[in-house]
Amino acid sequence: MAIIKGNTGDWEYVIGLEVHAQISSKSKLFSGSSTKFGSNPNSQVSLVDAAMPGMLPSLNEYCVRQAIKTGLGLNAKINHVSIFDRKNYFYPDLPQGYQISQFYYPIVEEGSIVIRLQNGNHKTIRINRLHLEQDAGKSMHDQSPTASFIDLNRSGIALMEIVTEPDIRSPYEAGEYVRKLRSILRAVGSCDGDMEKGSMRCDANVSVRRAGEPLGTRCEIKNINSIRNIIRAIEFEAMRQVELLESGNTVRQETRLYNADTGETKTMRLKEEAHDYRYFPDPDLLPVEVAQELIEELAASMPELPDAKISRYIKDFKLTEYDAEVIVSEEETAQYFEEACKVGPAKLVANWLTSELFGLLNKNSINIKDCKITPKMLGGMVKLIEDGTISGKIAKVVFESMFETGHLPAQIIEEKGLQQVSDSGALIKAIEEVMLENDDSVVAYRSGKDKLFGFFVGQIMKKTGGKANPNLVNELLKEKLNN
Amino acid sequence: MKELIKLNISDALAGLNNKDFTASELNNAHIDQAIKYKHLNVFITETFDRAVAQAKIADENYLKGQARSLEGIPVSVKDLFCTKGVRSTSASKALYNFIPTYESKVSANIAEQGAVMLGKVNMDEFAMGSSNLTSYFGKVISPWKALNDPKELVPGGSSGGSSAAVSAYIAMAALGSDTGGSVRQPAAYTGTVGIKPTYGRCSRWGMIAFASSLDQAGVLTRTTEDAALMLEAMMGWDERDSTSLNLPVPELRSATKGSVKGMKVGVPTELMRNANIDPEIIKMWQNSIEIMKAEGAEIINIELPHSKHALATYYVIAPAEASSNLARYDGIRYGNREEVEGMNIDEMYELNRSASFGDEVKRRIMIGTYVLSSAFMDAYYLKAQKMRRLISNDFKMAFENVDVIMLPSAPTAAFGIDDKPSNPVTMYLNDIFTIPPSLAGLPCISVPAALSSNGLPLGMQIVGRTLDEYNTLKAAAAIERGCKNINFVPRGF
Repeated sequence: MAIIKGNTGDWEYVIGLEVHAQISSKSKLFSGSSTKFGSNPNSQVSLVDAAMPGMLPSLNEYCVRQAIKTGLGLNAKINHVSIFDRKNYFYPDLPQGYQISQFYYPIVEEGSIVIRLQNGNHKTIRINRLHLEQDAGKSMHDQSPTASFIDLNRSGIALMEIVTEPDIRSPYEAGEYVRKLRSILRAVGSCDGDMEKGSMRCDANVSVRRAGEPLGTRCEIKNINSIRNIIRAIEFEAMRQVELLESGNTVRQETRLYNADTGETKTMRLKEEAHDYRYFPDPDLLPVEVAQELIEELAASMPELPDAKISRYIKDFKLTEYDAEVIVSEEETAQYFEEACKVGPAKLVANWLTSELFGLLNKNSINIKDCKITPKMLGGMVKLIEDGTISGKIAKVVFESMFETGHLPAQIIEEKGLQQVSDSGALIKAIEEVMLENDDSVVAYRSGKDKLFGFFVGQIMKKTGGKANPNLVNELLKEKLNN
Repeated sequence: MKELIKLNISDALAGLNNKDFTASELNNAHIDQAIKYKHLNVFITETFDRAVAQAKIADENYLKGQARSLEGIPVSVKDLFCTKGVRSTSASKALYNFIPTYESKVSANIAEQGAVMLGKVNMDEFAMGSSNLTSYFGKVISPWKALNDPKELVPGGSSGGSSAAVSAYIAMAALGSDTGGSVRQPAAYTGTVGIKPTYGRCSRWGMIAFASSLDQAGVLTRTTEDAALMLEAMMGWDERDSTSLNLPVPELRSATKGSVKGMKVGVPTELMRNANIDPEIIKMWQNSIEIMKAEGAEIINIELPHSKHALATYYVIAPAEASSNLARYDGIRYGNREEVEGMNIDEMYELNRSASFGDEVKRRIMIGTYVLSSAFMDAYYLKAQKMRRLISNDFKMAFENVDVIMLPSAPTAAFGIDDKPSNPVTMYLNDIFTIPPSLAGLPCISVPAALSSNGLPLGMQIVGRTLDEYNTLKAAAAIERGCKNINFVPRGF
């Protein structure tokens, strides 16, 4: 738990998150339109999406299955009956004049996610609900000086809104929660979790209080689009509230917007300006009835979830808990790891993945998917280390070259002549040359200065360009010096 | 031979099959009649050229021996059914210029059976009204007049263009829609038959919504047999409407020839004692009971104790849904758009919607917005939902003992266009008999059952069990037979 140091003492964060996750589905929640990202404006819009007169929504069952699977992935209760409600408000990118959502009876309730804290302990974040709803379109105000344009491609796309209890106590926990949620969604296959494309968006409810006191007044920060920004927005907002309270003011309940450029939040609308959404059951849609058999069928087809995967990596691959969690936190990384392990030893793969590869990816801002080093190449390289073809030191050279060129490790070793010299003839020749060049040291060694052994090894390595097989060098050198 | 326009659909189909006349002749006769009675203001949009072309195709099909069940029958379509390439306005300025690129399921169904569309007929704006006085395109005048009284009468509403078209022999049938009585009450006012099936029998896809949980397509005809024929073509499951019922379409035509011997007919006698009902309506009701008895049916007293709350319940639920359904008419994507340069979006909405909707529509949007607001949701909307369930349960209980229920369609005969009540609630009372079964989603029909002392038609309503359109029609046909000596033709026609 993190503490905010105020001028008058310590304050505690109280945070709840609402994540909007776009369901991976070829068609929209209530129409057959495509959900393809990046299509030409208004090219993926059906009569239903544009709310033409007399048009009716009809529920896409695939999206319901996705929500149920997600609910199962969140250890949640799947409701046998849920109801779609209309949330009424006027906005040009909301063609119906209402959003179809689930307000009174959501499809999923009472879930939880376990996150790992900085000290290595674990914490459970409770999930209040997951409900289905349709997305709005997009208003564009920068296309013309006199008019706003509207793109309805996104209108009607299926979203899952996943809402936590106010259990989160630090910006770090908030970040970990979203990371873990994302890895679960990706494992389940219900959302690609791509925050840059808006597939996952986050609203944060933030308040502060003195430890042990009742909840303070909260502010809702809207539409935060990266984990980094979630952390920053919460930090800023909590500090703003502490400063208000410490200067004798009160926090107004309101909706705020986060500006990623300035790192600040600013008022969007006050509580008094909030809409009365007039939620009522959508008379165009029947209650969603989910049979126990369907839940069981989907439960049986669930893929391995992140927590199970972490346990398996620790047990089967002997990874440390930390490495396992780091690798599993991104589904793509986990897939990469498992592919690489098919070729090379797991422990070494994990080491190279979490240190060297992550380092290069970060440095170059590259996604693991776009990396030139394929899992097979990494696995192949560590295999070469294991069987003595190259040393760890040479491997680094090979690794960097792979990252740049995408060439296979064997090819790089061949091209650069990096194979380890394990030919005893060649090594003996090098040893003898070094002994000749350093006859004083040979005498000193033989008279008892054992420490000089390392010096000889270093010289031999230098002579062979680092390619000498160190074990063989040790063995042969000892033999020669002791003669 | 009878004038072509005076034929029933079943007779016309026989005549067409028999090559007594052609579909073109039949349609032209109706087009002539439409032109002759243009002053009734039945149509919002006429599609006579299209009808002529369709009638030609019908004639070819008769020649080829490939006639479909409604081949060549001229019908009109209420203007809330979206029709591909033909303006569909719901009688609102909000959609005065709206031409759909798609065809409603129900109008598509009858077109597939060869029905010919003469045009889109007038109605109350967004189907809100009982008089056809709220249309942006002007009032519809009933072909009926009282004895010795020249004043113009309303054709009922909201399907007033439909009832006027059928009773003035402009169309052989007219598609209507019924939310709280909008097919049955106009049928009663014009001496025609109006049926709405069980909620969910007809797809609402492409039908401009008023109150989604109540809206159901219906049809006006001059006989119960024609109603059966039309309904068979209109109904059917549609996967695009989640509330449509995935059930086979029943055969209904034989119902109108069936006997009601042994049928148990429920009569809510406590309603009959209501002092506000016109004595002529009570007389019709009692006469209908005698007809049913004479046909061998058994009359059973029933109670619908919660029905007295039906009107209040309806006027919470229907406006609530309407306030949300009509939110899409914002002028952004289609329909009427009013804007002044430099306006922000909220100002544009305000101007647009103020200018696009008539008073009655605005009144209902405001009522609906109010009853759904977080402060009043429990007191109004949720209470109304509970009451709706109690009203439905009353019917369910009653149908344990009876096969159909018989009650009037409207509390009075048609009133004068200039007698429009100043208090909207007085107008709402028109639907006092039609609303209870609407809330329960039941199949209902209005059949002409008497002429008032001043010569205006009165309608009797039969309510059936859920999905039992068959017995509903059977009982209505019995009354029709019992009234065969009454001339339900407007004077001068």
